[in-house]
Amino acid sequence: MSNLSSIAYLVSSILFILSLRGLSHPTTARRGNFYGILGMAIAIITTVSNPGVLSYKEIAIAFIIGGLIGSVIAIRIQMTALPQLVAAFHSLVGLAAVFVAASAYYNPIAFNIGTPGNIPLGSLIEMAIGTAIGAVTFTGSIIAFGKLQGFVSGNPLVFKGQHFLNLILGLGIIALIAKFCIDQNPEYFWMIVAASFLIGVLLIVPIGGADMPVIVSMLNSYSGWAAAGIGFTLSNNLLIITGALVGSSGAILSYIMCKGMNRSFLNVLLGGFGGEQAASATGVKDDRIAKQGNAADAAFMMKNSKTIIIVPGYGMAVAQAQHALREMGDLLKAAGAQVRYAIHPVAGRMPGHMNVLLAEANVPYDEVLELDEINRDFSETDVAFVIGANDVTNPAAKTDKTSAIYGMPILDVENAGQVFFVKRGMASGYAGVQNELFFRDNTLMLFGDAKKVCEDIIKGLEN
Amino acid sequence: MSEISTQLELLSFKAQNLANQANELANTVLEPSGGHSDFLIFGITVLVLACFVGYYVVWSVTPALHSPLMGVTNAISSVIIVGALLAAGPIDGTISKYFGLVAVGLAAVNIFGGFVVTNRMLSMFKKKS
Repeated sequence: MSNLSSIAYLVSSILFILSLRGLSHPTTARRGNFYGILGMAIAIITTVSNPGVLSYKEIAIAFIIGGLIGSVIAIRIQMTALPQLVAAFHSLVGLAAVFVAASAYYNPIAFNIGTPGNIPLGSLIEMAIGTAIGAVTFTGSIIAFGKLQGFVSGNPLVFKGQHFLNLILGLGIIALIAKFCIDQNPEYFWMIVAASFLIGVLLIVPIGGADMPVIVSMLNSYSGWAAAGIGFTLSNNLLIITGALVGSSGAILSYIMCKGMNRSFLNVLLGGFGGEQAASATGVKDDRIAKQGNAADAAFMMKNSKTIIIVPGYGMAVAQAQHALREMGDLLKAAGAQVRYAIHPVAGRMPGHMNVLLAEANVPYDEVLELDEINRDFSETDVAFVIGANDVTNPAAKTDKTSAIYGMPILDVENAGQVFFVKRGMASGYAGVQNELFFRDNTLMLFGDAKKVCEDIIKGLEN
Repeated sequence: MSEISTQLELLSFKAQNLANQANELANTVLEPSGGHSDFLIFGITVLVLACFVGYYVVWSVTPALHSPLMGVTNAISSVIIVGALLAAGPIDGTISKYFGLVAVGLAAVNIFGGFVVTNRMLSMFKKKS
């Protein structure tokens, strides 16, 4: 590698760092994205001008086809489907890493790492690890995509000896890597790929749909480590730096998500949490009766309120209610109320998902607040309007030590003067825990589809 | 006498040649492995420092933009295309070249998809007017 291209790669590493830095505020974020594009363009141009790269035409064709597919998907995708899109994209990074490693194995000369069958040990280890991480990322993301898209049941799939099987497979992969490093046999290479594919599937199947924010972040992290692994094979700092950035970003997001649920990362990974099974197992008979209201009552009461906090959750996204909700908010603002939105860290199916959906519905970002920014304000708020969220508002998390969600940070909705809770029925939430909030004196349930309820309230407000 | 001296000369020339060849061979064997183990330590240094940079940069990202963060990181992790391009580069038609081309295509989907979708997300974030 010439010095010039090393410097170009350094420039593109810096641009990538700046692109993440730009996301510290919405006003600088778009410039950040531009830095990222610039960095990528520099990296590609630098690599293509490498003397070893000669098949311009074929490369251009592959690049254009891929680029067109990616652009079309990204333009057409619904914002509610973002989590599965991101999962699908992660799988591609994983698969690309496997292909690059395979290519390096069959033609090491192009990568300057010896000759076929005579690759130095260090490169073999890096190649094998990069391949394994890439393969796990690929199949793991495919399963996550299937669960989010609804192709695969979102319920956790657990069976006896699952973790033992994973352990055996993991040890098997390590043994295969050792064998591969000793005799460089292609069979071992492909066995590593196959075993990693399998473990990728097995790791994700036991994890329930609502734990997906953690998993999507974790796979994001893996795709970074896969890139870093390939960086070692290529002796390329750009790949290592970028891989480390992406890897730590995904790891931090997973950490934030776990903390938002008060669960350890290991607990999430072991899986089996949530889904219908858990709900039926812990669903204690409850004869208490929740007070029920209708949209007209809600409209009347909110019209006469000064401060309103809306708490959206995944149910809002499922019902595509964000536009109707924003319209309701606008009418209330016009009637003189202060309307704000409170977002729990694990609302939605990926980190920050609710913020994007509200932004899509033209809710200004300065009206959308995080848990620790707004939680104190509930006690001075006239109305809390919970729509599509459940467990994240359950006061039992603070008081009931036996509850499955005990210790989870929650939005203190119950402190508001009046709580409206939009819900399809009385079913318990994802954690299978009955929400104490339903039976409070200041809670009124609004049963129905989230979008329909909002539209009914809008009608009530307009009259 | 002259015959012997020419033969000697020839022999010494051959010996010199052999020595040169041996040297070259030794170099080609040593270069990738020796040069590489140097890079391993260097690479680990870079990796660890970059993790620290990543740690501080990512914590400074506002939670409201965590979805765009995933979009951007997804796009930039496709920098793996650097490896794919090197693999796809040779003129010949070996299997590893085709692996490389497939990887170029996959990474390209991700690069365009990731940046476009992030841009779409970010263009929606507006301040109160």
